[in-house]
Amino acid sequence: MAAASYDYEDPSHYEADSATHRPQQDHQPYDPSFVPDSVKTFVVHLYRHIREKNVYEIHQMYEGSFQKLSDRLFKDTPWPSVDAVAPYVDHDHVFCLLYKEMWFRHLYARLSPTPKQRIDSWDNYCSLFQVVLHGVVNMQLPNQWLWDMVDEFVYQFQSFCQYRAKMKNKTEQEIALLRQYDQAWNVYGVLNFLQALVEKSMIVQILEQEKEGLEQFTATDGYDYNGGSNVLKVLGYFSMVGLLRVHCLLGDYHTGLKCLTPIDISQSGVYTIVIGSHITTIYHYGFANLMLRRYVEAIREFSKILLYIFKTKQYHQKSPQYEQILKKNEQMYALLAISLSLCPQVKLVTEDVNTQLREKYGDKMIRMQRYDDEAYALYDELFSYACPKFITPSAPVYEEPLVNYNQDAYRLQLKLFLYEVKQQQLLSGVRTFLKLYSTISIGKLASYMEVDEPTVRSILMTYKHKTHVVDGDGKVTSNADVDFYINDDTIHVVESKTTKRYGDYFMRQIIKLEEIINDMDRVKLD
Amino acid sequence: MARERENPKIQQQQSSSVLYTVEQLVAVNPYNPDILPDLENYVNEQVSSLTYSLDANLCLLRLYQFEPERMNTQIVSRILVKALMAMPAPDFSLCLFLIPERVQMEEPFKTLIVLSHYLETTRFRQFWDEAAKNRSVVEVVPGFEQAIQAYAVHVLSLTYQKVPRPVLAEAINVEGLSLDKFLEHQVTNCGWVIEKGQGRGQLIVLPRNEFNQPELKKSSADSIPLEHITKIFPILG
Repeated sequence: MAAASYDYEDPSHYEADSATHRPQQDHQPYDPSFVPDSVKTFVVHLYRHIREKNVYEIHQMYEGSFQKLSDRLFKDTPWPSVDAVAPYVDHDHVFCLLYKEMWFRHLYARLSPTPKQRIDSWDNYCSLFQVVLHGVVNMQLPNQWLWDMVDEFVYQFQSFCQYRAKMKNKTEQEIALLRQYDQAWNVYGVLNFLQALVEKSMIVQILEQEKEGLEQFTATDGYDYNGGSNVLKVLGYFSMVGLLRVHCLLGDYHTGLKCLTPIDISQSGVYTIVIGSHITTIYHYGFANLMLRRYVEAIREFSKILLYIFKTKQYHQKSPQYEQILKKNEQMYALLAISLSLCPQVKLVTEDVNTQLREKYGDKMIRMQRYDDEAYALYDELFSYACPKFITPSAPVYEEPLVNYNQDAYRLQLKLFLYEVKQQQLLSGVRTFLKLYSTISIGKLASYMEVDEPTVRSILMTYKHKTHVVDGDGKVTSNADVDFYINDDTIHVVESKTTKRYGDYFMRQIIKLEEIINDMDRVKLD
Repeated sequence: MARERENPKIQQQQSSSVLYTVEQLVAVNPYNPDILPDLENYVNEQVSSLTYSLDANLCLLRLYQFEPERMNTQIVSRILVKALMAMPAPDFSLCLFLIPERVQMEEPFKTLIVLSHYLETTRFRQFWDEAAKNRSVVEVVPGFEQAIQAYAVHVLSLTYQKVPRPVLAEAINVEGLSLDKFLEHQVTNCGWVIEKGQGRGQLIVLPRNEFNQPELKKSSADSIPLEHITKIFPILG
């Protein structure tokens, strides 16, 4: 079901969108009030399991039955309307909100929402989140479902912004609708909901207290075994990832990363339990770091998760998220290729991932090192393929001639990224020369590089500047694989050798040996 | 249904905004359009009081991004000059990511982008020339020159153990007697040493750090943390 996430706005999707489009064909009329028996059974059981807080059964029905029924009965029509199923679930207000959330998610994934449906879905999220925020929910829902809610909420926001920005072919009715419901998917509303979930859930404090052993959250996978509800807490937790993603879509990488700081990315946590959440978190975390020039950080995290996907993807083959997993996997290889081309720290990448990377991008990465027009085009290609679907959050100016502005945000981010690439243009060249010498004079390097001495000094300082990251506290970190210093007119090169951790290796072997000896002792005694 | 803007905090803020500092406003409610005027005033305050808050400025740029019709280009230009002064931090790019391209094509932003480019590629000669041509843009912000000089010194310290005087002079745009004075100050306060070069003027010895002496950091990388050793204590015993 979470396949409804990320990005499926291929052009056709949108063309269909802009007209008032009814996906149901005439010969197979969709009757929203007809409830097949299997759906009756489904909602009755799901409703019961939710009331009984049977998380396991809820999860089975949510991941399994809903998907199966969708495949069988609702391949290209929506599910029965909420009004039609309400009588079977005591007209339970919260259940109906949850049902509608799934109803819209299914619609977005399999059909194209009409403008009015987009707005109705927003209303449904407002009602649902308000119920949660007011603390009247006492359910226990599976993490997967709660993640999907946040994920889909952000996805639909992004989708709405893309839709709204395509003004050129809008009908008058559509424009009238947009103006009438100008608060639907309003960026302030979206951000404030996510923020309110984070604050109201007290999740930041909970994670803080957990470190001191005063609270359990990660240890119980976010579930509450003392009769309470996990919904607000876990929604708050995932909302931090949601905020990271929204800020990345807006080009605000610094703020995005700040929203994620309560989650310790170097360890597993609730965010790693749901594969979609794990991938979304690391993808955006890595991308933001790439844009902030913290390449080593991006490389390390991409490498880790790509290895994880490489080793576990077979278990997800049947999952509805499988295609999305593969797509994000490919995109992260592209981002890894970019990061390594700008910052060749291959030793940070594990062997399995490196082999995959060479297979996919080996050839392109060699050409990217050259920094000619072709290399430039490759950076453009990989970035465009792998970047998030940037959005312009503001509403169109209806008084002016209507133009499409859905590409503006993407073009700006691409341009600024390529600008950075250009600034680093000469660095791979100088790195290649430095690798050949232990000392070399400025004059000699200048003549090899066919530039004058002041230019060489500038290039060398640029190299230092671009390979040394300064964080908020003024702490400098080196990302350089080849480093150097200048003494008057002489460059001294220091290649950072892979410092083999012999110490740790021997420690492990000592412990192993000890275990073997112990085992053998036991054998003798028998 | 909640079709109206979901912003539960607005009222709360209006009644008590006097009690908050701007930094707190941003921390407590980063997505509230009502704090925009406070943030604009705060930019001017940063300019006059020689302080800086990236978070507050990004918050303001974000609000401009959400409601472009409220954008004040003079304020944006001050934010960008302040961001240049924060070099080597990437603040300038962080700000540009949030400013629409059509705005970036106009003055003074075009000039500021060129200045940033020279700083990012450490072409200090060109930078100072360009800055001199655009005094009206940069000189409204006190401390500009000193901040860029500090950045130049930072990059020089990463790069050089001993830097020839003319290279330093070009980077910080100070010469002659003023440079002597500057050097004197650095010698007393920052541990700089002045050496006689081989016949051609002075060499300035910059304090050693792990970046202009990469050998320094190696030693720490090869040690074993104590907690790893504790694992074999039982065996050793």
